[in-house]
Amino acid sequence: MWKWLHPYAKTEKTYWLCQTLLPWFSVLGLVALITGAIWALAFSPADYQQGDSYRIFHIHVPSAILSKSLYMGMAIAAFVGLVWQVKTAFMSMMAIAAVGAVVTFVSLVTGSAWGKPMWGTWWEWDARMTSQLVLLFLFFGVMSLYKSFEDKQQASKAAGVMAIVGIINLPIIHYSVEWWNTLHQGATLMKLDKPSMPLEMLLPFFVSLVGWSSACGAIVLLRIQNEILRREMKRPWVIALAQQNVTQSNTATK
Amino acid sequence: MNGLGALLRRDLSLAYRQRAELMQPLLFFILVITLFPLGVGPEPNTLKMIGPGVIWVAAILSSLLGLERLFRDDFQDGSLEQLILSGVPLAAAALVKVFVHWLTSILPLIIISPLLALFLHLTEPMYWALVFTLLIGTPILSLIGAIAVGLTVGLNRGGVLLALLLLPVFIPLLIFATSAVESASMQLQYSGQLAIIGAMFLFSLALAPFAIAYALRVSQT
Amino acid sequence: MAVLSTQNLSVIKRDRLLFDQVNLSVDSGSLLYVKGPNGAGKTSLLRVLTGLVEPESGIVFYQDKKIQKCGEDYATNLVYFGHKLGVSGSLSAVENLQYWCDSHQVKVDTNTIYQTLEKLNLVGLEDIPVASLSAGQQRRTALARLWLKADAKLWILDEPFTALDVQGINVLSDKLIDYLSKGGAVIITSHQLLELDYPTQELTLEYRI
Repeated sequence: MWKWLHPYAKTEKTYWLCQTLLPWFSVLGLVALITGAIWALAFSPADYQQGDSYRIFHIHVPSAILSKSLYMGMAIAAFVGLVWQVKTAFMSMMAIAAVGAVVTFVSLVTGSAWGKPMWGTWWEWDARMTSQLVLLFLFFGVMSLYKSFEDKQQASKAAGVMAIVGIINLPIIHYSVEWWNTLHQGATLMKLDKPSMPLEMLLPFFVSLVGWSSACGAIVLLRIQNEILRREMKRPWVIALAQQNVTQSNTATK
Repeated sequence: MNGLGALLRRDLSLAYRQRAELMQPLLFFILVITLFPLGVGPEPNTLKMIGPGVIWVAAILSSLLGLERLFRDDFQDGSLEQLILSGVPLAAAALVKVFVHWLTSILPLIIISPLLALFLHLTEPMYWALVFTLLIGTPILSLIGAIAVGLTVGLNRGGVLLALLLLPVFIPLLIFATSAVESASMQLQYSGQLAIIGAMFLFSLALAPFAIAYALRVSQT
Repeated sequence: MAVLSTQNLSVIKRDRLLFDQVNLSVDSGSLLYVKGPNGAGKTSLLRVLTGLVEPESGIVFYQDKKIQKCGEDYATNLVYFGHKLGVSGSLSAVENLQYWCDSHQVKVDTNTIYQTLEKLNLVGLEDIPVASLSAGQQRRTALARLWLKADAKLWILDEPFTALDVQGINVLSDKLIDYLSKGGAVIITSHQLLELDYPTQELTLEYRI
C-alpha cells in the first residue's frame, strides 16, 4: 500500500504536512507552557508537606511521562520504517530520538533537584529514577548506532532494530528495577504518589503536560523538516524552495 | 539439515583452531574477579556480599569481549555473504553460530566458576544458584548480543559501541540472576527468579534468530 | 525466458545515486560484461542482482519471478564470486570447498575437490591453511566453486581475473567459454580487457556525482 507512493514525492509531501502542523503545535506549546508556568509558580497553593519545592513537579512529571511516550513513538516509527520501508518514518525516528534523550535528561536533573530537599541527597537509587537513567542510555544507544554508519539507509535500519529491541525490553527493565528496589530498600523511601492532589494543583499540571507535549511535537516536526531538506538538498523542489526564501529575504532587506 | 550440519562442523573446527583467541575472554573474566578482593579488601563477608554481582558483571563484560568475534571473521573474509546466498535459512544458521559461540566461549566461564566461588567465599548453595543462573542466563547474553553484533559488524569498530548498546538491555538479567544467588545465600527459594530468567531465555530464543538474520542482511548493504 | 532480468533498477549508496533505471536481461548462454570507471556502482549492481542488497527501487527477476520470492531456487542456481573470497584463512582449501558445497547443497566427494584443485594448479597445497597461500592461490581456491557447481544456471563474477597469472587467466577463460556454450549465463565485471572468444553483451555504467 505504501509502495506505490513515489519515495521523493512522499518526502516532499511529508515536508508540507509538517509545515501545516508546525504553527498549531508551536502556538499551543508556547501558550500552554507560559500559562502552566505562571499558574504553577504564582497561583497554585504550596504543598502542606513539601512547601514550594513540590512545584518542580510541573516540569519533572511531564518530562518523565513524555520521555517514555517519546521512546514509544520512536519505536513505532522504527517499526513502520522497517516493515513498510518508509524513509520518512526513519527520519521521524531519529528526530524523536534526540528530543527524547533531552527530555529524559531533564526529568533526571529535575528529579535529582527535587530529591535534594525530599530525600536529602542528590541521587537516590529510586526505582523510577533508575529506570529513567536506563532509558537515557537506551536513547543514547540508538543515537550512537545511527551516527556510526555513513550510509543513512543502513544506519536507519540498524537503529530501528535497536529501538525495537529496547521497547521490548523497556517493560522488563521497568519491572525488574522496581522489584530490585523493593528488595533492597523496602520501606525506607518516602512514597510520593497516591495522596490525591487538589484540583488547583492538578489543573496547572495538565496545562504543563499539554505544553510540554506540544513543544516536543513542534521540535520533532522541525527536526523532520530539517532532515528532509538535508537529505534531499539536490532535489529540484528543495532548490526551488531555497531560491524562493532567498528572494523573499532580499526583498525584505530592501 | 545438511547445510546447517556443515556449518556446525565448520564453526567448531574454526573455534578449535583459534582456541588461543578463545582463551582471552576467559582470562579476562578471572582477572576482573581477582581485582575485586584487591580493590575492596579481602574481608570474607564483604566478598560474599558483592560476590554474585561481581561474577555476573564480569560474565557480562567478558561475554561482550568474546561476542565481537562472532561474525567478524565471516564478514571480513566474505563467508557471511556466501552463507546468505547459500539458501540455508539464515535465522537457523544464525542460531547455529550463536550456539557454537556459547559452547566455545561462555561454557568455559561456567566451568571455571567453582574457582571463582572459592575466591569470593561463596557458600555452596550460593555456588549452585550461580551455576544455574549462568547456565540459563548466559545464552540470553549470546542471543541478544548477536543482534547488536550483527548490526555493527560492518563498522569494524564495534567495541565500546557494542557495550553501550547492550549493557542497558542486560540489566534485568543481572538483577534477577544476582537476586537468585542472594536468596540462596539466605537459604531461600530462588526458583521464581530462575523461572523469570528461563522465560526471558525462551523468549529471546524464539525471536532473536530472526532479528540476527535481519541484522546480518542489513550489514551487507 | 531470460535467466535474469531487471526492471528500472536504481541504487543509492551513502546517499549518492549510483545508477538509475537500469534494465538488463541475460539469457541462457549469454555473457554480460558490466563496464565502468571506479565508483560507478558495478559491484553494487552485482550485489543487488544476487539479492544481497536491496535496490532503492526496481525489481530483479530470476526466470521472470522476483528473486525475493524464488527462495532456494535462486540460491541453488547461482554462483556469486565477489571481492571477498568467502574462504576462511584457518581452514584448508579442501575444508573450505567441502563446507561451501555442503552449505550450498552441492553434492561432491572429496576426490572431485582434489581433481578440481589440480586443474587450478594447486597440487600439494590442498591441505594447508588457506591463509598461508598467496593471493592468487587463494583466489583460485575460491574460483574452484565454478567447477564444483557447474550446473548452476547463472554465474555472477566480480573481477574474477584479478591477481591471477597468465596460466590462471587461460584456465578461467576456457572454463567460462565452456560453461557459456553449455547454456550457462554469466554476468562479469573486469578491469582487464575481457578477451573471451565469445559474443559479449555490454552494459556501461557511468560515474555520477
